Amino acid sequence: MKNKFAKHLALGASALLIGGSAFAQVKIAYIDPLSGPFANVGEAGLKGFKEAAEVLVNQKGGIMGQKLEFTGFDNKGSPQETQIQLKAAIDQGFRFVTLGNGSGAAHSLIDAVNKWNARNPDKTVLFFNYAAVDPTLTNEKCSFWHFRFDANTEMKMEAISNFMEKDKKIKKVFIIGQDYAHGHQVAKYTKEMLAKKRKDIKIVGEDLHPIGRVKDFAPYIAKIKASGADTVVTGNWGNDLSLLIKAAKDAGLKARFFTYYAGGLGTPQAMGAAGENLVLQLTEWHMNVPTVSTEKFALDFNKKYPGVWFYYLRVNNMVQMVAQAMNTAKSTDPKAVALALEDMRFKVDTGEVWMRKSDHQAMQPLYISIFSKADGKTVKHDSEGTGYGWKTLATISQRDSQLPTSCIMERP
Amino acid sequence: MEFVVISLLNGITYGLLLFMLSSGLTLIFSMMGILNFAHASFYMLGAYFAYQISTWVGFWPGLLVAPLLVGAVGAAVERYGLRRAHRFGHVAELLFTFGLAFLVEEVVHLIWGKTSVDYKIPVELDGTLFTLFATDFPIYKGFMMLVSVGMLVALYALLTRTRIGLIIQAALTKPDMVEALGHNVPRIFMLVFGGGTALAGLAGVIGGNAFITEPGMAAAVGSIVFVVVVVGGLGSLGGAFVASLLIGCIQTFSIALTISITDVFALIGVTLPEGSQVARLTITQLAPVLPYLLMVAILIFRPRGLMGARES
Repeated sequence: MKNKFAKHLALGASALLIGGSAFAQVKIAYIDPLSGPFANVGEAGLKGFKEAAEVLVNQKGGIMGQKLEFTGFDNKGSPQETQIQLKAAIDQGFRFVTLGNGSGAAHSLIDAVNKWNARNPDKTVLFFNYAAVDPTLTNEKCSFWHFRFDANTEMKMEAISNFMEKDKKIKKVFIIGQDYAHGHQVAKYTKEMLAKKRKDIKIVGEDLHPIGRVKDFAPYIAKIKASGADTVVTGNWGNDLSLLIKAAKDAGLKARFFTYYAGGLGTPQAMGAAGENLVLQLTEWHMNVPTVSTEKFALDFNKKYPGVWFYYLRVNNMVQMVAQAMNTAKSTDPKAVALALEDMRFKVDTGEVWMRKSDHQAMQPLYISIFSKADGKTVKHDSEGTGYGWKTLATISQRDSQLPTSCIMERP
Repeated sequence: MEFVVISLLNGITYGLLLFMLSSGLTLIFSMMGILNFAHASFYMLGAYFAYQISTWVGFWPGLLVAPLLVGAVGAAVERYGLRRAHRFGHVAELLFTFGLAFLVEEVVHLIWGKTSVDYKIPVELDGTLFTLFATDFPIYKGFMMLVSVGMLVALYALLTRTRIGLIIQAALTKPDMVEALGHNVPRIFMLVFGGGTALAGLAGVIGGNAFITEPGMAAAVGSIVFVVVVVGGLGSLGGAFVASLLIGCIQTFSIALTISITDVFALIGVTLPEGSQVARLTITQLAPVLPYLLMVAILIFRPRGLMGARES
């Protein structure tokens, strides 16, 4: 009896071993906050990547017969920890990394990857950036080993300020942001672009608050109110945005918010009815952009992960483009993948994503939308079960979203 | 004018929550001489317990039950952990509470996950209490103030008007004498520790949904409560109350000031060289540091705090 059991065990173990070796994997390390104040953002991103890899790549034949897999590495949102996690990922054999949350962490990662690749030309590492939007990453600090799949702050602000230019109701603008690279960039471009396009708009206030540490935004809201602003521009994300809008709602502030990230990760729930016709966002997609397959993907995702709502179309785009690059290059060597990814034009639900060769910045259509009551027609789907969803106000074509780059890329 | 009144209200609300948090800490310290580094962890436990209870039977039972549960956990920690550690001196105690803070955080990770939980304000308290000038004041903030003030009054009455309060006060200064009179001093200590942590738990119950319930919430307030206790004077409940309100108002009003460090120095006639990063910082950006600056200043110039009874 005992002997038989042991035999079974040995058989099972050998089957597992054979299975494992016959089906090698393409592994991508997902380095983002999985604990701390932005854990919810990091967790949602990881679920998005895993689902996209499974549905859009693995169920369609994978990468040259291999599976694409994402593994989470917790960088706690910190630049120092990012380097430690990169080292851990490299030690475990990862040759591809992705990161999105926090331009500080992205700067740290791009430096570390450049340094590693210079020292280990036979074991290079490639960095896919799905959300860190500091323009310098594709300008002054651009790198052959970095690809960005999200529009950068300069592009986003260009689109938002073009929209604001036409809205004559806007007279006084208040800028509030997180005190790190991203918040500074948003403030800088808002001021520069508005000064050019609408000289009559007054910037009545500008505040930077510590990232992830403010729990009560009431004092900031009191200040915005006292400034008489009719419009607030913010690049805040995660709980920093949810709490900001929650405090605005509590105090009954009636200013309009122009945001990057109000579309997901708990913010729609935080605003509820109070955000109606007051909160706008600029994104590459939202639930009510007419699409062929993304709508179904999103609905399936929401059903599969209750409490998490599908948010990142760019994650799906990135996963598919990376898989296609590997399949065309017939290689999973980072350099070959990078060369195949450069200048790729990839057809997605919203149009075309073009990965510009000169700076590795993706160009894609963008949408400005406003939080409105779901009506089953133009606002077909609500957001996070609130009864309110996003209504498109303006569409920026891929061509219009393009801006020149100052990147001088060092190529291996 | 509107701005000053609203900021004052915001500052007092925040200050009162701080007081709820730090009153337990100051009570425990003055009684037992234990600097409880895990105090904010009990605040977090209060929030999570209340969240869990609210998913089963609603917010109101949680308001009562969650602090009691936290108090029970606190009493157990004292009885089976701290009392043993106490035998090996103050350093052992300190390290014990320090480790406990990490332990609680990990336990919270294991049970409720690393992301925030959806602990909501009850519908009855979601809305506007009154509108001042053009700014709404939410009902929930009023409720927070009410609970906090109610707690202060109850605590004061308990300590000065009841028999147990008198024994606690006596044990504070002359534990040996109290023991000689036949009171069970270790049990009083256990009660005080449990009571102190229950107060932190209560703060968690009403702070958790006002802000956000997540595993990092303990670390976020962990250091500020020590500032309150040090500024108010170690062991002084009245001092903690004054310090809480003071720090609440300092934080709120410093956010309102847009003047830079250069401007501050210009007021006293010093011109700073232009272009340096530090000189351009505004008071708003310095707001998070100011309470710690106050603590350092107090430690230098008035080590016993605003209303502290003794030097150490």
